[in-house]
Amino acid sequence: MDLDTVIYLAIWDSHRPPEEERRVRANDRDYNEKFQYASNCIMTSKYNIITFLAVNLFEQFQEVANTYFLFLLILQLIPQISSLSWFTTIVPLVLVLSITAVKDATDDYFRHKSDNQVNNRQSQVLIGGILQKEKWMNVRVGDIIKLENNQFVAADLLLLSSSEPHGLCYIETAELDGETNMKVRQSLSVTSELGDPNNLAQFDGEVVCEPPNNKLDRFCGTLYWKDCKYPLSNQNMLLRGCVLRNTESCYGLVIFAGPDTKLMQNSGRTKFKRTSIDRLMNTLVLWIFGFLVCMGVILAIGNAVWEKEVGALFQSFLPWDPPVDNFLFSAFLSFWSYVIILNTVVPISLYVSVEVIRLGHSYFINWDRRMFCSRSNTAAEARTTTLNEELGQVEYIFSDKTGTLTQNIMTFNKCSINGHTYGEVMNILGAQQKRVQALDFSAWNPLAARDFCFYDQSLLDAVMEGEPAVHEFFRVLSLCHTVMSEEKSEGELLYKAQSPDEGALVTAARNFGFVFRSRTPGTVTTQELGKAVTYTLLAILDFNNIRKRMSVIVRNPEGRIRLYCKGADTVLFERLHSCNHELMNVTSDHLNEYAGDGLRTLAVAYRDLSEEQWEEWSEHFRGADKATDCRDDRLAAAYEEIEQDMMLLGATAIEDKLQEGVPETIAILSLANIKIWVLTGDKQETAVNIGYSCKMLTDDMTEIFIVNGHTVQSVREELRKARERMLESTRTRDGGKEAEAQGWGGAPPPSLLESISGEFALIISGHSLAHALEADMEREFLETACACRAVICCRVTPLQKALVVELVKRHKKAVTLAIGDGANDVSMIKTAHIGVGISGQEGIQAVLASDYSFSQFRFLQRLLLVHGRWSYLRMCRFLCYFFYKNFAFTMVHFWFGFFCGFSAQTVYDQYFITLYNIVYTSLPVLAMGIFDQDVPEQRSLEYPKLYEPGQLNLLFNKREFFICIAQGIYTSVVLFFIPYGVLSHATQSNGVPLADYQTFAVTTATALVIVVSVQIALDTGYWTAINHFFIWGSLGTYFTILFAMHSSILFNIFPKQFHFLGSAHNTLGQPVVWLTIALATVICIAPVLAFRFLKLDLKPQLSDTVRHTQLVLQKKRKPGGRAGRGVGGSRRSGYAFAHQEGFGELITSGKNMRLSSLALATFASRHSSSWIDTLRRKKHANSPGAQNTPPTGENSTTSPQAPPLSTSSSAAGEAEQQSNEPVLAHSPDEIALSAIRCTVREVGECSTATVQVNIHLKTSSSTNYMQIHHTCKSTCTSIVCYSTLDRALIL
Amino acid sequence: MGKKQAGTGPLSRRPDNSAFKQQRLPAWSPSLTPQTVLPTFYILSLVCLLLGIWLLITVEYTYELKVDYTDAGTCEQCFNLRKHAIDSSTPCKCTVSFHVPKTFPRVSFQHDVVRLSARCLPQGDVFFYYGLRNFHQNLRRYMDSRDDAQMVGRKNNLKAPSSYCAPFDYDANGKPIAPCGAVANSMFNDSLTVMYNPTDGSKIQVPLYRKGIAWYTDKNVKFRNPPTNNTFSLQQAFEGTTRPLYWQRPVYELDDTDSNNNGFINDDLIVWMREAAFPNFKKLYGVLNRAQGPFTEGLPAGNYTLSINYNFPVEPFRGRKELVISMVTWFGGQNYFLPIAYLVTSGLILVTAVVLTTVFVKVGKKGKNMEE
Repeated sequence: MDLDTVIYLAIWDSHRPPEEERRVRANDRDYNEKFQYASNCIMTSKYNIITFLAVNLFEQFQEVANTYFLFLLILQLIPQISSLSWFTTIVPLVLVLSITAVKDATDDYFRHKSDNQVNNRQSQVLIGGILQKEKWMNVRVGDIIKLENNQFVAADLLLLSSSEPHGLCYIETAELDGETNMKVRQSLSVTSELGDPNNLAQFDGEVVCEPPNNKLDRFCGTLYWKDCKYPLSNQNMLLRGCVLRNTESCYGLVIFAGPDTKLMQNSGRTKFKRTSIDRLMNTLVLWIFGFLVCMGVILAIGNAVWEKEVGALFQSFLPWDPPVDNFLFSAFLSFWSYVIILNTVVPISLYVSVEVIRLGHSYFINWDRRMFCSRSNTAAEARTTTLNEELGQVEYIFSDKTGTLTQNIMTFNKCSINGHTYGEVMNILGAQQKRVQALDFSAWNPLAARDFCFYDQSLLDAVMEGEPAVHEFFRVLSLCHTVMSEEKSEGELLYKAQSPDEGALVTAARNFGFVFRSRTPGTVTTQELGKAVTYTLLAILDFNNIRKRMSVIVRNPEGRIRLYCKGADTVLFERLHSCNHELMNVTSDHLNEYAGDGLRTLAVAYRDLSEEQWEEWSEHFRGADKATDCRDDRLAAAYEEIEQDMMLLGATAIEDKLQEGVPETIAILSLANIKIWVLTGDKQETAVNIGYSCKMLTDDMTEIFIVNGHTVQSVREELRKARERMLESTRTRDGGKEAEAQGWGGAPPPSLLESISGEFALIISGHSLAHALEADMEREFLETACACRAVICCRVTPLQKALVVELVKRHKKAVTLAIGDGANDVSMIKTAHIGVGISGQEGIQAVLASDYSFSQFRFLQRLLLVHGRWSYLRMCRFLCYFFYKNFAFTMVHFWFGFFCGFSAQTVYDQYFITLYNIVYTSLPVLAMGIFDQDVPEQRSLEYPKLYEPGQLNLLFNKREFFICIAQGIYTSVVLFFIPYGVLSHATQSNGVPLADYQTFAVTTATALVIVVSVQIALDTGYWTAINHFFIWGSLGTYFTILFAMHSSILFNIFPKQFHFLGSAHNTLGQPVVWLTIALATVICIAPVLAFRFLKLDLKPQLSDTVRHTQLVLQKKRKPGGRAGRGVGGSRRSGYAFAHQEGFGELITSGKNMRLSSLALATFASRHSSSWIDTLRRKKHANSPGAQNTPPTGENSTTSPQAPPLSTSSSAAGEAEQQSNEPVLAHSPDEIALSAIRCTVREVGECSTATVQVNIHLKTSSSTNYMQIHHTCKSTCTSIVCYSTLDRALIL
Repeated sequence: MGKKQAGTGPLSRRPDNSAFKQQRLPAWSPSLTPQTVLPTFYILSLVCLLLGIWLLITVEYTYELKVDYTDAGTCEQCFNLRKHAIDSSTPCKCTVSFHVPKTFPRVSFQHDVVRLSARCLPQGDVFFYYGLRNFHQNLRRYMDSRDDAQMVGRKNNLKAPSSYCAPFDYDANGKPIAPCGAVANSMFNDSLTVMYNPTDGSKIQVPLYRKGIAWYTDKNVKFRNPPTNNTFSLQQAFEGTTRPLYWQRPVYELDDTDSNNNGFINDDLIVWMREAAFPNFKKLYGVLNRAQGPFTEGLPAGNYTLSINYNFPVEPFRGRKELVISMVTWFGGQNYFLPIAYLVTSGLILVTAVVLTTVFVKVGKKGKNMEE
């Protein structure tokens, strides 16, 4: 640190300057205090009890509208200006402010609660050589804290020592970056020797490191201790948000605390989200202000002219007010008076009504049973109440993968051994080979894992029969891995795999009789078909990203040396012995088939090595291993040398289990024209695999572009090529349509994009993304990406996720939605217009940062297509009507101005003005805004196209606004001039003229209330009892209040305030008044009715049509882009390796051998809540009979056999109970259909569906065939389903 | 199954399955269909047409006569007198003659329908109004310039008029004005007398009821005199107040013929205090008393003379004054606006209905694009 910085720091006492570097001395609070580093206390709340009122009011008055009303209020206190009583503004204003304040207070209360919960977590801090319990918030930079297993890391720590050998410790970073595999961190060897608290208390090393930043994967610093320098890297750091795993305890030095931690630095700023409607509304309100000023100016000019021409002469009857001495000043005052009178065009109740409506919609989301997940007992939750209508406008969804699309559970699903495929339960001919119960392994294999499911008996038979290839196959799986085992008691094995897919493979081998039991640095012990065998582990040829394979070289008890290898097929096939050609072709076909099903594949091979070969190679290998320069390259070369001429054994297929209903949801959402981008921290291959399995990527796609460049140039080149290819393909496909192809460069027509050239996908990796997101390339990237149907970004950091979202948000002017479950998604969730958190998982950061949360990805379709759509529709209708009614109400004053000398006389009674917006007309429109439905919810899921008006922003935009305004002004003209025309000459039947002001006021007001009530009745599309009550009730209230206000009782108490005495009686008793009102109503409403009818007749919206044909079940539904899988799958690698390199080295070096060598029992008991248990629990939850989801044939057949019911009572309810799947059925057909859906979803395959359909078709008419067919297509990937259906139809 | 389990349990947080919460409330969802809209238009048109015809016939039956006396006849002299200063002290009288071409109300009808409807009309009531043009009773500050609490006879308000009355709240000597304010101050104070000149050359004064011309609520609730009794006269009650600037008489002497018509409850005052909504207005002056003479059937045709105590100046604001004689039907005086508006509306709706029908039949897409 140079001198300047020191001075700088000294001067800046209260405000921390941007740090240039950070100095932390261990165990020296006084020293660290100088730098004023942030404490570990996290504050996301905005207020406290004392400051609440002031701060909140200050914030609220930052809203333009509120300030404006305050200004009006002040104006009204000036008697020369005041044209209305002060209460006409203050009553609504206070109402609005207090409602908002209550809401803010509630929100903040919950923020306080969650802050407190985090801040009060306990941690053990080493103070004065003694471990003391401290709250998280009291942890300071420079403290040494002790972490125990399964604890969250409290701050960013420098790992000092660990209970494990070599200062190793294991962490899970799921909360941080979403990767669920464990990572290893190692302390410096000098500190790891410190060990116990006493030594650590003496530790006084000083760390100098980089200032706080958000880069999760790098850390750069130096430790100065005892006159030595030690470089520090990310490998030595434990970051806040990680969880310590498999490590008894460790000590760490706090480097960054609280807001400085990488987790918090990555969470991005908390931004107040506004919906596009909000923004539009603000613009419109500004326009209305402008309009208001114009009106004011016009009327003020009128006033000036009038006062000059007429008023000056009228002075003997009405002299000007004392301060007024000429007509210009009078006009000036008149301007402000009119601003007050006309302010109701910007209704203060607008904002509060909008909030109320949104709140209502939020409750509907919270209450939705179909978004309730019974498995995790969580209902959907709208955590913010201000974004609902934006849910109806989403165009881009950014989804996390792990935990969102997938459950992060890997299961061994299929395999191909020696050219024979296993695991496919039905054969191609679709014979009635029914789904059997999962194989029971425990009968013959006491070591089998209970939660392992496999259905193909033939594989088990093959093992029993002792087919050598099958045996060898499983031997590879049991030997070639880096899994650690743990045996609590005899036969109770627990595997700790770094990646879940490796775990799945070893578990599969275990169940088929090749049980991996334990390992030492030099041996692997297995139990092969009941017989214990110990192999000597000669070498582990570790996995890395480039090699895409791993091998082990073992010597079996007989002394034969063999190399076992598993890896990506593309890589492995190149290294096979030439005699494998035929087998390779067959296996390759199988692999394609598996990959087409979205399974993650690995090819498996072996090679026999002679003793000489081994000796020679190991010599070579040792040389490479000891090399100091280019060690990695030389090792790779050495590996390459031995991994040749291998014999292919077969291939495995692992299913990365998707969340329920993910492919269907994605299909429906893309039918609704929503683009889905997957942003994941996972590897490219994994991400692509998931893309396939959730049907984002299909083999039908024209081309899938992979952008993987490491330099700016290469990324740019790759993007350019991709665009060229797309253009080319578009040209070739519709050669004649040259015009379209040309138009595509600038702004491609959407139809072209979707139908022809849309079948592209883009896969981009994190390092390429870093370049693509730079300012000069982002447009290019965005254009390319948006032209693709599917975009997958892999290996992205949390911040990059946010950047991608930001990019789309900035340039596309589209509504974005981000969905994720982990802390690594927080920044993206916060950046997107709408953030959705998947709840029910372990971490809650995503949920806390989100605007909506629920526990299953599939609920997204309901959130968007049902709730979002309705919210948008309702909000738009509400706004249209609201602006209309206020213009109709207010503009009457404008017309009256021309008759009353522009003196700012109101047309209505002041109480009417006060109550019009908050009493007489608020509830019907609120009821419409909350309850209206244009089409029932099932239809919006059935016709995803109904979602489009929201995306195109058709229902409320500037054009619609002007139409509303025009309608309002038209109404005001009618409402003024019809009564004017009639009343100025009319008399009562007893001869008293009706042209007095009060009669006119009452007539106009009544006509207004009636006209707007009729209008809301027209606008309301869904008349519930509440709507009836509110509409009729409002009319009733109007008349009640009118008569009460005009009663003699009130007059006798306040004669000045209630001087409209008797007007209601005298006016409303006159037939001529009612004739006037009726005429005005007809003139106002008839054109609206005519226009609506014309629109409906000439240009019906889809929703109108759907509504019209609601009862007719749509027979033909276009399957959209969900065609069945093509026969020839594209050749690609779907290999399954989720972990990072380096584990092999750890194993062979014996560093992590502690688990197997130390007391297992104690360890196991401590680990009762380890992630494996979690995994097991999840599996249990999934497995048949464990809870409430029995997907077996006999159970699921019950629903269609239930008596046909016309409502969704018992039978449908049963289905719902069984599958947690919303069933809304109105006919036996639908019940059966939904049963199919449920079953298929549960089981994941089609055999049961076949049974279902057969039963179902007996009862259903053939009209529903298409629909069933469709359902089947969308849920099953097997061809068998079709053929069965076809046959069933013929029957 | 399906039942919510109380308290804990795996489904404890499951939302209620109520129709309200699940947005399944039974509802009526009307939609515009040709079957409902088109008939509505035709029916509306028909209804408007019938109403229009009925109203037109009724209006045809009424008759109204206006006599502008601002500067007509001998009034020109008075008009000029009042032109310059509001010289309230100098009285000025003038006369204007006019001719009533037909007897009020008309009794001979051409059509049976009209005859039928005329039967249920009030027979023979003739109303006399004074009309003012270009007089703005609807100015905001003018309308506010009154004190309803004073005029309801409250004692403390009587002596302390509202500040809204300024500058007509206190006179130059600081005496409170009763009734205060610009409205009361500018009260119409011409007195009109109509003389019937039958052909025989005699002159018969047309008898008018000058009372009962205000709203019941105004006369009985809104305007009250300060409490009086046998010993405490109205004049005493108004002790300490002064008359409005432009008035010739104090408020307790407004009607010298009927002492019960004095003070705030004077009918003319009440009528004036009910401000007109528009600058051209008429206010009721009196109702023909048909008790005797030639007036039992109404106002006979013939020549009349209007004699005026010309006090109210209209020249300063370029206004006009007139006498309006009118008769009423069940829906009030002569008013052509309403029937014509109804007939026009009816026509327009009919045109719209025809257009809509054509569009629906020829080019409508309804039903055709269900397949889409």
